[in-house]
Amino acid sequence: MGEVVFNTGMVGYTEAMTDPSYAGQLLCFTYPLIGNYGVPDYLQDESGIIQNFESSSIKVKGIIADSISEEPSHFESKRSLTSWLDAENIPGIQGLDTRELTIHLRSRGVMMGAIASSVKEAKALLEKAPDYSTLNLCDSVSTKEVRSFGKNIRGRIALIDCGVKLNIIRSLVRRGFEVVCLPYDAKYEEITSIKARGVVFSNGPGDPMACKPAIELSALAVQNSMPLLGICLGTQILALSQGAETFKLKYGHRGQNKPCVDLRLNRCMVTSQNHGYSVLPESLEGTELEPWFINADDKTIEGVIHKSKPCLAVQFHPEGSPGPLDPSYVFDIFAEKIAS
Amino acid sequence: MPRDHKIKKVLILGSGSIKIGEAGEFDYSGSQALKALKEEGIATILVNPNVATIQTDPKLADKVYFLPVTVDYVEQVIKAERPDSILLSFGGQTALNCGIELSRSGILARYGIRVLGTPIKGIELTEDRDLFKRTMLGAGVEVPESKAVYSIEEAREVAKNIGYPVIVRVAFTLGGRGGGVAFNEYELDNIAEKGLANSIVNQVLIEEYVGSWKQIEYEVMRDARGNAVTICNMENTLAMRVHTGDNIVVAPSQTITNQEFHFLRELSIRAATACSVVGECNIQFAFDTVSKRYYAIEINARLSRSSALASKATGYPIAYIAAKITLGYELSELTNKVTGMTSACFEPALDYIVLKMPRFDFRKFDRVRRELGTQMKSVGEVMAIGRSFEEALQKAIRMLDIGRDGLMDYKSLGSLERIENSLVHPTDEILFHVAEALSLGFSIQRITQLTWIDPWFVSKINNIVQADKDLVALRGSNLESIPVETLTVAKRLGFSDAWIARRIGLPEDQVRALRKKIVPGPFVKLVDSLAAEWPAVTNYAYTTYDGRRHDIDFAQKNTASSDILFLQEQKARKIIVLGAGCYRIGSSVEFDWCTMNMVWALQNRGCQVIVVNCNPETVSTDYDVSDRLYFEEITIERILDIWEYEQADGLVCCVGGQIANNMMPKLARYGVSLLGTSSDDLDRAEDRAKFSALLDKLEISQPKWIEVTTSNKALEFANENYPIMVRPSYVLSGAAMRVIWSENHLEKFLKTAAEVSPDHPLVISKFILNAKEAEIDAVSDGKNVLLGAIIEHVERAGVHSGDATMMIPPAGLRDVALEKIKDYTRRIALALNIRGPFNVQYIVKGDEVLVIECNLRASRSMPFVSKMKGVNLMDASADALLGKTIDLHLANVPPVFKVGVKVPQFSFMQLEGADPLLGVEMQSTGEVACFGETFFDAFCKALVASGFKIPKKGTVFVSVGGKELKKKSLNAVRRLAELGYDVSATEHTAEFLSKHGIANISVLYKISERDRKPNIGDYLAGRMLDLIINIPGSIALEKYGDMEEDEYRIRRKAVELGIPVLTNLENLEVFVKGLSWLKEREITISPLISRDFQRG
Repeated sequence: MGEVVFNTGMVGYTEAMTDPSYAGQLLCFTYPLIGNYGVPDYLQDESGIIQNFESSSIKVKGIIADSISEEPSHFESKRSLTSWLDAENIPGIQGLDTRELTIHLRSRGVMMGAIASSVKEAKALLEKAPDYSTLNLCDSVSTKEVRSFGKNIRGRIALIDCGVKLNIIRSLVRRGFEVVCLPYDAKYEEITSIKARGVVFSNGPGDPMACKPAIELSALAVQNSMPLLGICLGTQILALSQGAETFKLKYGHRGQNKPCVDLRLNRCMVTSQNHGYSVLPESLEGTELEPWFINADDKTIEGVIHKSKPCLAVQFHPEGSPGPLDPSYVFDIFAEKIAS
Repeated sequence: MPRDHKIKKVLILGSGSIKIGEAGEFDYSGSQALKALKEEGIATILVNPNVATIQTDPKLADKVYFLPVTVDYVEQVIKAERPDSILLSFGGQTALNCGIELSRSGILARYGIRVLGTPIKGIELTEDRDLFKRTMLGAGVEVPESKAVYSIEEAREVAKNIGYPVIVRVAFTLGGRGGGVAFNEYELDNIAEKGLANSIVNQVLIEEYVGSWKQIEYEVMRDARGNAVTICNMENTLAMRVHTGDNIVVAPSQTITNQEFHFLRELSIRAATACSVVGECNIQFAFDTVSKRYYAIEINARLSRSSALASKATGYPIAYIAAKITLGYELSELTNKVTGMTSACFEPALDYIVLKMPRFDFRKFDRVRRELGTQMKSVGEVMAIGRSFEEALQKAIRMLDIGRDGLMDYKSLGSLERIENSLVHPTDEILFHVAEALSLGFSIQRITQLTWIDPWFVSKINNIVQADKDLVALRGSNLESIPVETLTVAKRLGFSDAWIARRIGLPEDQVRALRKKIVPGPFVKLVDSLAAEWPAVTNYAYTTYDGRRHDIDFAQKNTASSDILFLQEQKARKIIVLGAGCYRIGSSVEFDWCTMNMVWALQNRGCQVIVVNCNPETVSTDYDVSDRLYFEEITIERILDIWEYEQADGLVCCVGGQIANNMMPKLARYGVSLLGTSSDDLDRAEDRAKFSALLDKLEISQPKWIEVTTSNKALEFANENYPIMVRPSYVLSGAAMRVIWSENHLEKFLKTAAEVSPDHPLVISKFILNAKEAEIDAVSDGKNVLLGAIIEHVERAGVHSGDATMMIPPAGLRDVALEKIKDYTRRIALALNIRGPFNVQYIVKGDEVLVIECNLRASRSMPFVSKMKGVNLMDASADALLGKTIDLHLANVPPVFKVGVKVPQFSFMQLEGADPLLGVEMQSTGEVACFGETFFDAFCKALVASGFKIPKKGTVFVSVGGKELKKKSLNAVRRLAELGYDVSATEHTAEFLSKHGIANISVLYKISERDRKPNIGDYLAGRMLDLIINIPGSIALEKYGDMEEDEYRIRRKAVELGIPVLTNLENLEVFVKGLSWLKEREITISPLISRDFQRG
């Protein structure tokens, strides 16, 4: 059982399914042929980060697909998508008209759903379904212990793990930072005690309003002019900490083809997105934040930047995975803020 | 940045005739560009001699010049029009090459013309192999090991260093023309020779061969500010080894991971940026199957076949947006036309799979090699949309119209050895061979090993093979005992009702009825470019069995609850128009012209028009030109499905060529309301016996003919009537129709080439020698007949009308004959109650006029006639179809041009081994037409436009068979000598020519007499011949018989080396007269302007 959302990406099921932002959700793939290239093993790279996945296990509550390939083909594939689901005890359903479901979600908005073996059973489950926005989902996916990745070449970064995607860590490590992952409810002293030169608020599941400790932490970091990068949920946390508001989108932005305009460069790029909440544009007025990116389709806020402090955040995923890496320069801007 | 307002008048270069590697896709992209410019109020001038295209209609461009797309002619247009800018990227390689030359020769600079879009320098980076390699490496993009060479010696050297096999690529060409894979030095010599001959810079690239790697393509859209997106990526099922034009292509890619997908995507954008692409480009990668290694193979910095496919596959109007970008717009300033609300700066998300399949016409050609490789050979393509690979694949096979009802409809190869061999050496039949291999128990791995097809695709094919076994197991069952499950699975895997019926052994009607009762679907889904994420205002539909619900609410019950937009119902009549399907020899862009002009004509008359077509190279499959588009198969089953869903008022079959026309009787039986001529009357024209009886009744003569079901009867009729023409209904091998001159040839033909039996009758008719052929395009409403134009063929009867050089008005026919033609045409039209367009073909001998055939549908020459006369025959036909009276005043409209000449375009070069000799089977892939003050004015331009290189001086080689032909060609050869050409000839021909007073003839010995020098072979190889006249004796017209091997080799070699060849006496005569004319006169250039058109 979970909130039913759809994603329009045509590749990247291994990345999407292990993306902790999907915690508590049933993911419907709009592309009808899923599992074509199978599933690789969980292997670690030289920095100890798991390759090919965005976390160490499947995070979606279940998947909904048109059809799943039983005979995948790829030299790195070690098993089929269904056997992966079996191994991690995650339900999936195939044979649905996923386009019909998508149109339904688009016109009615996202809703709770259940995968069950009968309509009766599903109805019974749904009657007991909790309200998605009240769930503290970060708690279920955030790291429980402090973990460090990468070598300290250009500095150490504290990463507030609300359900971080591994490619965010990889992207920072690749740029010469040591990344220390802290639980989502870490205190400001924990950041200063490790002599972090910057803080990253990661992506994560659920309603940002449920992340009170992180919002407080963000307020302190900004106040102390600590270089700050928010990604996805991290953007909403930064915005909330500065007095702005967030709201729930009708059916979210989930896909790899979202155009966003960098208002400072006046350039448009294709971004990867996975979010159900967004910063309310009007609420930025009177705060120290200004819009940085906007969505070229529906004009929603896709990034904010602080007028005087080295704090910035993007609603999309500059690390892609799945999806394009066109806006990965966001990490470079953050790195420059740390350097200066 | 908004659009650049300094751009006021733009010259657009088209791609010319349809040829292998450059086909209808450029009509689509050019038309979109013209539309995009017109919206901005920019004046447009188009140069394109392809008269059958839609872009050359006066409604799209302000002025159309039907002239060769060559530097000389384009310069004249520039001089006359003084445009401020030029667009080079919408007319294929032809336009690009012409543009580069215009720039190099300083013409663009002299007239102050700006190149819009990718700058010439950028284009050169993508075209010159060495520059490309350096640019890519500089941008951090890997390329295969390679070296550009300029001679065969150099090629050998480089190949040795790289190691065999190597691939030879030719700079500045299309469709891999002249290239190939060499496994040893002998093969390298052959390929490099052809390649060097075909390169405009005499350069070929010798490159490492990675045939087993995946072939992945990306379509990149980039604006001048550097914003870039990839519209689509595509994967080639048959790996790198087969040219993408001949490959079975799917979109999006299926077997690469997210990381690989985006890795290649990022490289594509980087590569496009390195080449300063502004607009659209296609980039092709080879990607290893067992590592992350890759190579960028090539970039096409222009609209291409792939971009047209990507456009149709995604719903993203690539050519239109690319044109806007060239005007200065940025991607984010443009709107996604499908949604009408979201940005054009996005990447379409598909929620279906698209499969493109090529169409080959090898059967039309003698001696052609069917093996697929790096040189493109296909003449057309189809695109199928489904929600599974299997469904799309089986749809596509039916769309090809090759007589195969899906994947399992193949002839067994029999032996395992043959199957294995066919898997290692793929031909156009490769997937059928894979299916047979699977059904015999080959493992998926084994097939991958032999074919290099990714196991994912093989496993999907295997699903079809296994499901077919379940159908076979039902053989003999009665209707009631067919399990729902089996039928549902079969429909989801794309099997047709007819095939299921065949397998089980039941009538198709019954299976259809059962299927409709127990299997839900097919469901109509929409292509919206973003996987239903936004409420898209789209009318672009396909059907699938993989679903539960239509996207369109046909019953219109709950419009409120859904946000899919419905057709506005205020229009009076809803009419379905069937398109022409796949392009093939004999049915090409001209039928798309007919389809589109019918759509527009019906819309102008207040109708709501639904188009069904499956060809991604067409304008009619643009979703915004009709009220609704079904990108679907044109089969009885699917048309009935659509007919039943749409509840339309009428269906038009007469503009889509043979395929749509042939469906009429069956559709009529199912109760579909067909507009136009009734199917009974159609039958009276198509059934030879009935038509013949009708002609007898009307006292109109026809050549003697008979339909026989036994060989004896055939021989009996033939004995009294040689030469004869035979049309078998069942062909064993080779081409279908031929002329036969003697009994032993007929016996051989009946034994080896065609089957004659009661099920497979053979039609034999007397072949009339030395006669002229003429035809007429006309429209009738049942009471009145509008005669379009009488067209005279330059070649004598016996050359297929599609391969003939045609002229309007008919200069060589006497008035008596012309009057007879008009009279017969009128009487036939009224006798057959024709309502709509039709075409009658005649044989004319002096004053005698005989009817060959009558086609009750739009014909190949109608766009030519319409543009020449300034009267749109489709527009007139629309009145006839709607039961109105046609406007007879149109007959009195003065023609736009004085003379029009249409010349065929051949693609023999691409068709390895094919003999360029003309005959009763059509072999041309396209056509051009030019207009002028006199016949030669128009003819000379048209000849050049068809790619014929008119040699200004040099050596003519003559080889003419038989005494009579030698005599007849004497004058022409003499004239050539007088015009200053050196004449060389074979022994016998030389002897004859000198005897008749032509001096200084050098004798060349036959290729087969290698040791006798001087030898033709050496002269050809040394490029010492500039024109070949090779006219085989009449007996050799019977190509199956004693065709002279040597003559064939001369013709073939000449084709491969790009030396012009004349193989027909009439062609020789007009060519020589044309040469003389050119010496004395100036050609004229005058455009078609929209005000020239009276109607339509």
